[in-house]
Amino acid sequence: MAARLSVARAARQLASSAPRRPTPFPQFSRPSTKIASLPSQQRLFSVSRPALEKQYTEDHEWIELSPDGKTCTLGISAYAARALGDVVYIELPTTGLEVSAGDAIGAVESVKSASDILTPIGGKVSEVNVSLEEKPGDINRDPEGEAWIARLEVNGEGVVGKTMGKEEYEKFTEDA
Amino acid sequence: MAAKAAKRAVAVLRPIANGMGVSCLRGDCPQNLRFFARSFTIPAARPRKLIRLSPFARRHASTTSEPDKLGRTGLYDLHVARGAKFVPFGGYSMPVQYSDLSIIDSHNWTREKASLFDVGHMVQHEFSGPGAQAFLERITPSSLSALPEHNSTLSTLLHRETGGIVDDTVITRLADDKFYVVTNAGCREKDKAYLAQEMETWNGDNSPPVEWKVMEHQGLIALQGPVAAGILQQVLDDASSKALDTLYFGQSTYATIKGTDAKVLVSRGGYTGEDGFEISIPPYATDAIAEYMLDSAKDELRLAGLGARDTLRLEAGMCLYGHDLDDSTTPVEAALSWIIGKDRRANGGFHGDSVILQQLKKKSEGGGVSRRRVGFIIEGAPAREGAEIVDEAGEKIGTITSGCPSPALKKNIAMGYIKDGMHKSGTEVDVVVRGKKRKAVVTKMPFIPSKYFKAPSTK
Repeated sequence: MAARLSVARAARQLASSAPRRPTPFPQFSRPSTKIASLPSQQRLFSVSRPALEKQYTEDHEWIELSPDGKTCTLGISAYAARALGDVVYIELPTTGLEVSAGDAIGAVESVKSASDILTPIGGKVSEVNVSLEEKPGDINRDPEGEAWIARLEVNGEGVVGKTMGKEEYEKFTEDA
Repeated sequence: MAAKAAKRAVAVLRPIANGMGVSCLRGDCPQNLRFFARSFTIPAARPRKLIRLSPFARRHASTTSEPDKLGRTGLYDLHVARGAKFVPFGGYSMPVQYSDLSIIDSHNWTREKASLFDVGHMVQHEFSGPGAQAFLERITPSSLSALPEHNSTLSTLLHRETGGIVDDTVITRLADDKFYVVTNAGCREKDKAYLAQEMETWNGDNSPPVEWKVMEHQGLIALQGPVAAGILQQVLDDASSKALDTLYFGQSTYATIKGTDAKVLVSRGGYTGEDGFEISIPPYATDAIAEYMLDSAKDELRLAGLGARDTLRLEAGMCLYGHDLDDSTTPVEAALSWIIGKDRRANGGFHGDSVILQQLKKKSEGGGVSRRRVGFIIEGAPAREGAEIVDEAGEKIGTITSGCPSPALKKNIAMGYIKDGMHKSGTEVDVVVRGKKRKAVVTKMPFIPSKYFKAPSTK
């Protein structure tokens, strides 16, 4: 455990010196890469071809590409929804917003915490799940289905950073 | 059911009372790291990733922030057995919630029935001796001379000269020359250093003697909610149970748990705005008494953690030190002028009195403060600690120090400091959350009416 904590600390230090990138929320600047990526994995900044299978990020978002690969749907994982507890507010992006991979495109608020929703893929927001504004609690009921958050027209630059298939993600969260 | 539980409590308590076994002393126990998350130190204004469970234990845990040094209260094993999720808080590993209820459910449960909180991480002190009252009156602005026996008052330990708040505290007079004082866990080391320094100065002045004792490992639980009194009466012996009928808000009494020789100090009040009690228990009996209470009121009483405690106290308009109060804030700025006693206003004689008494004066007499603690209701997104308060022109006029969605009101509530002049209820301002201005209104606190058990009016 001590070893893992020190790795996390090292990763945090790495991330804090990583290049910063503008986000749709003007007063923020944030590290554009995965804070939790372990240096030993050499996955920082890697760019991979989008897979059609639902992919999960280490920050607990999921994305699913359409069969033609032109749009993708994004949400937060069931694991994240469970850990957050009662979600009381969702901040959705504006339709038409251009985003880059690593940007915060919205936020999810539970009683005790506010968390950003980061997109691992760049593009233009084409649709948002407005029903979540009325019923943010749906995130706790069906986070990986009806309570998707946004759809993007992807810009073709692919997924930035590490993503995982369902099985790998489940293992990742068990280890977390 | 209750009788059976009582018997068990007796069985558990008696042999230990005869001298065997201290449960789990802090520092002696293997450490628990399970729920230590990496991101507790990220300031509120920066984006946060998902799975960041608690904003607790941020600012003032610096001396004990190493996870392998976290302390445990005497109820730690009970928490584990009942499905607690732990977070580091004030140097202790404390339950933030339990597996049976979400934070909102636990919050509502407390407002409708009753909850049991472990607050054993807080620091319990005893000041006694002929100089005790004068000593406490030097370091706090309270009128202790006007405090009857077994009554308590909210107070603040003050810095010399500046009148800044070292910590907020509740002081109870136990006898003519004896006081029971509870301070915050997060300020443990700071308060001890402060009090040691003050004691040294006091003794150096040849003042009447004071003895200061920290009641290490003493248990402290808070029983809060509309049915709290009934639950407590079930577990007290007949005489103590009867005494509760006339124990009013702000009063305390020694009581005995049914069928045992465990003597506890019961103080009526709490940190939720509900009727309730804080119960100080000798180390050997804390675990057994908590179990006994939980078992004797299964349908009405649940454990609650720091998560619900925080939303409950915020609805009740109460401060959390390190967030809503700090060393650079005076009681007047913190909207706590009411704790400053009448005779203290006239005569001073406490730390920072020149600053504080000047602030209490009218503006026309050069008094007043530049900022004040007030409540807010915010539209849209909840505002959290660190969010900026701005005026119409976008100029910063204050900062949010605590905020959450209120489970009772279903609105976003917050408290914070705002420029003097903008502090009147009903004033419309904006609060910036994630770069966007959100409409907010200065609102009177408490946000929900308090339901204290008060003495019948004599008028």
